[in-house]
Order: sequence, then C-alpha cells, then structure tokens
Amino acid sequence: MPAFTEEELARIRADFPVLSRTVRDGRPLVYLDSGATSQKPWCVLEAEQEFYSTRNAAVHRGAHQLAEEATEAFEGARATVARFIGARPDEVVFTKNGTEAINLVAYAMSNAGAPGAIDGADPEVAARLRLGPGDEIVVTEMEHHANLVPWQELARRTGATLRWIGVTDDGHLEDPATVVGERTKVLAFTQVSNVLGTLNDVAPLVAAARAVGALTLVDACQSVPHLPVDVRAFGPDGVDCGPDFLAFTGHKVLGPSGIGVLWGRPELLAAMPPFITGGSMIELVHMERSTYAPPPQRFEAGVPMAAQAVGLATAVEYLTETGMERVHQHDTELTAYCLEQLGERPWVKVIGPRDPTRRVGAVAFTVEGIHPHDVGQVLDDRGIAVRTGHHCAWPLHRRLGIPASTRASFSVYTTRADIDAFVEALDTVPGVFGLSA
Amino acid sequence: MDLYGELILDHAKRPQHAGLRDPFDAEVHHVNPTCGDEVTLRVAVEDGVVTDVSYEAQGCSISIASTSVLAEEAIGHPVEQALETFLAMRRMLTSKGADEGDPEQIGDGVAFAGVSRYPSRVKCALLGWTAFTDALARSGEDISVVSETAPSRP
Repeated sequence: MPAFTEEELARIRADFPVLSRTVRDGRPLVYLDSGATSQKPWCVLEAEQEFYSTRNAAVHRGAHQLAEEATEAFEGARATVARFIGARPDEVVFTKNGTEAINLVAYAMSNAGAPGAIDGADPEVAARLRLGPGDEIVVTEMEHHANLVPWQELARRTGATLRWIGVTDDGHLEDPATVVGERTKVLAFTQVSNVLGTLNDVAPLVAAARAVGALTLVDACQSVPHLPVDVRAFGPDGVDCGPDFLAFTGHKVLGPSGIGVLWGRPELLAAMPPFITGGSMIELVHMERSTYAPPPQRFEAGVPMAAQAVGLATAVEYLTETGMERVHQHDTELTAYCLEQLGERPWVKVIGPRDPTRRVGAVAFTVEGIHPHDVGQVLDDRGIAVRTGHHCAWPLHRRLGIPASTRASFSVYTTRADIDAFVEALDTVPGVFGLSA
Repeated sequence: MDLYGELILDHAKRPQHAGLRDPFDAEVHHVNPTCGDEVTLRVAVEDGVVTDVSYEAQGCSISIASTSVLAEEAIGHPVEQALETFLAMRRMLTSKGADEGDPEQIGDGVAFAGVSRYPSRVKCALLGWTAFTDALARSGEDISVVSETAPSRP
C-alpha cells in the first residue's frame, strides 16, 4: 500500500499555495527542486504572520507582556524542534541556517585553542575540542561545500590536516578505517548526499570515530526532511550510537529561511567557547572582559529569529502529524519510481546507488552528450523545476568524472504525476539538440 | 524550444577556432562558480588587431556557442571594434528581450537574443566574452570603454 492515498496527497498539496501557480506561459508548476529548498505550507506562513501580528517583541529582553509572550513562543518552538529530533531543548541551538550551524562547531573548535578561552571547562572535554598540527580532521568526498569548506578553514587556522573518506563508483563511502585513526580529532559527514541521495549509516561511522576519541558531526540537512531522525537512536534497537553534533536547516524541512539548527551533546556545548559574540549571549560584561551564558544562549548572539523559530516549529509539527515514517515511505516510493523511469532510458545515466532503499530525496543524472544546464533549460520551458550544476558538491562531481549533473528532488507534496511530467519532458531533450533518444 | 536555434546548436557542436594555440599575449581562466562552467582563453594582438582568439571551454551549449561566435567575430578585427561587438552583445543579453541585436555588428551573436529572457543564462552567454576582455586587458590593451559603459548593478 502506498504511503499516502491519492486523496491524502491531494490534501497535502492543497496545503502548499505555490504549487497551484503556473510558470512559463501558463504551464502548471512541477516542482522537483525540494532538495534546494522546500515549499511552505499555509500553516507555516500563518504561524509567522500570527507571531508578527500578535506577539512580536525582542526575545529574552524587556519586562513587558509582549516580550514575555514572544520569549515563550521562541522557547516553545525550541522545545518542539528538540522533540522532533529526540533532543532536549537546551541541546538545540538556533542558527541562521545549516551552514552556520557547522561553522559554529568549526569556529568553536579553533576558538578553543585561544589562551584562556575555555579555562573553566572539564580538561578532558577541552582536550577533545582543541586541535593543532599533527591532528586530523576527516570529512568525506560526497560533502556539500557547507560541510567541507568550514573544515578546510579550520585546518588552515589550526595547522591540523584535512583528510577524507573516498566515494566508490556506485556512490557509497569507502571504508572509513583507512582514514579514521589515532590522529583524528573530528569526523564530519553527511547522513544523506544532496547529489547521490546515498543514505549513509551513521552508527558505524560514529563508532569508528568514537573508538579513537574523535568528535562527530552529522550534516542532516538532506535527511531530516525525509526520514525520522532521533539524535540518540541511530544504533540498532534505539541504542545511542548518535553523533556529538547534528546540523540541519529550516528551509528544506518546510520551514522558513533564516533559521537552522545545531544539536550538540550537552557536555560539549557547555565546554565550547562562543562563535559569534555580542548581546544575548553574555552573563557578565565589563569593559575589559565578559563571561558567557550557558548553552544554548551562548551561541545565539543578538536578537534571535523568533518568527522563523515559530514557523519552523509549525513545519516540524506538520511533518509529525503527517508521520515521518510515512514521509520516508513516500520518498522511497518516489525514488524507486523515478529510478525505474530513468532506468528505461539508456541515454540517461543515474548517479548514486541503484537500490531505492539506500537513498533518499533526490535522483541526479547526466544525459549523454548534453550539458545539464541545457537539460534543465528544456525542462524549465515545460514548467519543470530541477536543479542543474554541481549542487555545491564540486569535488564529488570531479570524483565522478562529470562537470555537473541534473537533479530531481522530492518532498512530501511530490507525486508520481510530477515524475511522469518530468520524464515526458526529458524525452524531448535529445531531439532539441539533434540527438536521438 | 526556440532558445536553441540552429546557429547556437551548430556553434555548440562545432565550436569555431577551438583549441589553445601559440603565439598569444595573454591567457586567462574564467569560471562560472554557480554551475562550474570553465573557459581557458588566449588572445594574440598585433598592431591593435586581434590576430587570434583560442580557447578550451567546458560548459553548456550556450556558453560554448557564445565563445565560438566571439572567436569568429573578434579574430581579424581591431581591438576597438571587437570591444564594440562585446558591448553590443552585452547590451542585447541584458535587455530582457528588448534588444534583438544587430547582425551587422554581432554577426551570429543575434542567435543569442532569446537568452536575454532567461536571466540565469546570461552569465553562460557572457562567460567567454568576459574572459576575452580580461585577456585583452592583461595583454596591455585599453578596455576602459567596457567598464565605463557597464550596466549598473542593483
């Protein structure tokens, strides 16, 4: 039985106003770019408007009623988002986006090396956060630039060495054991590749890092929108084989832009020095020096994005009500159908795993003899929105020996009819360029 | 679709003057970071005349074809005239469909008039041309006319 009946799917689609618009001379929009950003349901738009029109005030400041209500809404949103990923509220830091969440950890680690930065911290935890020459930072070859460049920069600032786990021809990670070792201080990897769709098994990667005392960060930007994620239950039977940090962004999970999430183990967050400093994140301020608030406030300098937090909380509640198990099943069905359809076309080369249960959210491919931009252009002319280019994963494309690719990506509102329209338009592509399909 | 006319497809399939050649006065490497298209381009100038434009390009049909047209339009022409052609091409590409282009001035460049209706593709069509003006500057030519009349950025 499919995850959603046609009636259920129609109801879901009716929740997303943008899906009813037309593009390019009256063609219905077929939105297959949810991996770049998802569309937003009415309830999220309304939640933001409701906050601004009834409770807007600067959070964590002021003694007036509006300020209290705004603070309550913001902290309530934090609790909802925390529950969505199996975390405690004080372990959840709101950031600008997923990229900033990753940078927060990378900068906290290099700041930890500054004299006096974490003098009060547990020495054992402090030692895990500090790194320098001889230490190694490990990432993978399938990372989005957001989970690669911050680590390159951390290596440059600290003198540590950046290493990476390679990618096989069929889009899986190579054995981490050849790279993760005694020198490894941090292992950062994506749970789901934004290009290959590959679903990496978090538990064994975390175990490999833990065995050598290294910290782990999971980029969950492409997993949280599509499958249930519980930060402490990555292992079999709910065993806590979870990472030390997990980052995701709001705008890919039906929420607003301008908000992201960093989850961290409380003992680590408690020891970490701040990344961005200023108001809101302090404890005491003197002209010479300051002390800082406990997490999560320590990492949320400035007036926070309260309306966006409320919007994100509404988005994850929408997904929870829809049921993340069903959302995942729906995604697997779409992936399987898309792989099957593209598989019937010998001139299309899908990248990433062939098994739909080992991938999530997206199918990227190349068309023989035609540049992805040109593929995307022809699709766009028929109202079909896909992503073309290197999808912020340039090294991965280099590894696969292709300059770029075309990617169709899904969300809860995507239908088989969307994929039918997409492949029908795709069939016209070779003809446009004088090639035979 | 009408964006991909015969001229563009012909140039994309058989790019004119492609390949890197000697002698040259300057070589540049330009990239479109949003999509990864790349071009390495060389110019040779003698007595104020563009004697050669040679290149290695990797990218979509629009960027390859546009670089091919550039080579065709620039080689054998005075630098000043080549820059005028560039300006006319850029005017057309950034006109959002208002400027159809003058075949007298930009030759096969008129085939790219449709690109101006797709703002995300204008950069593709200009990649080779921008590399060309950069290469001219690096070979010591005066290209101030290009920046003086650059369209204002929002």
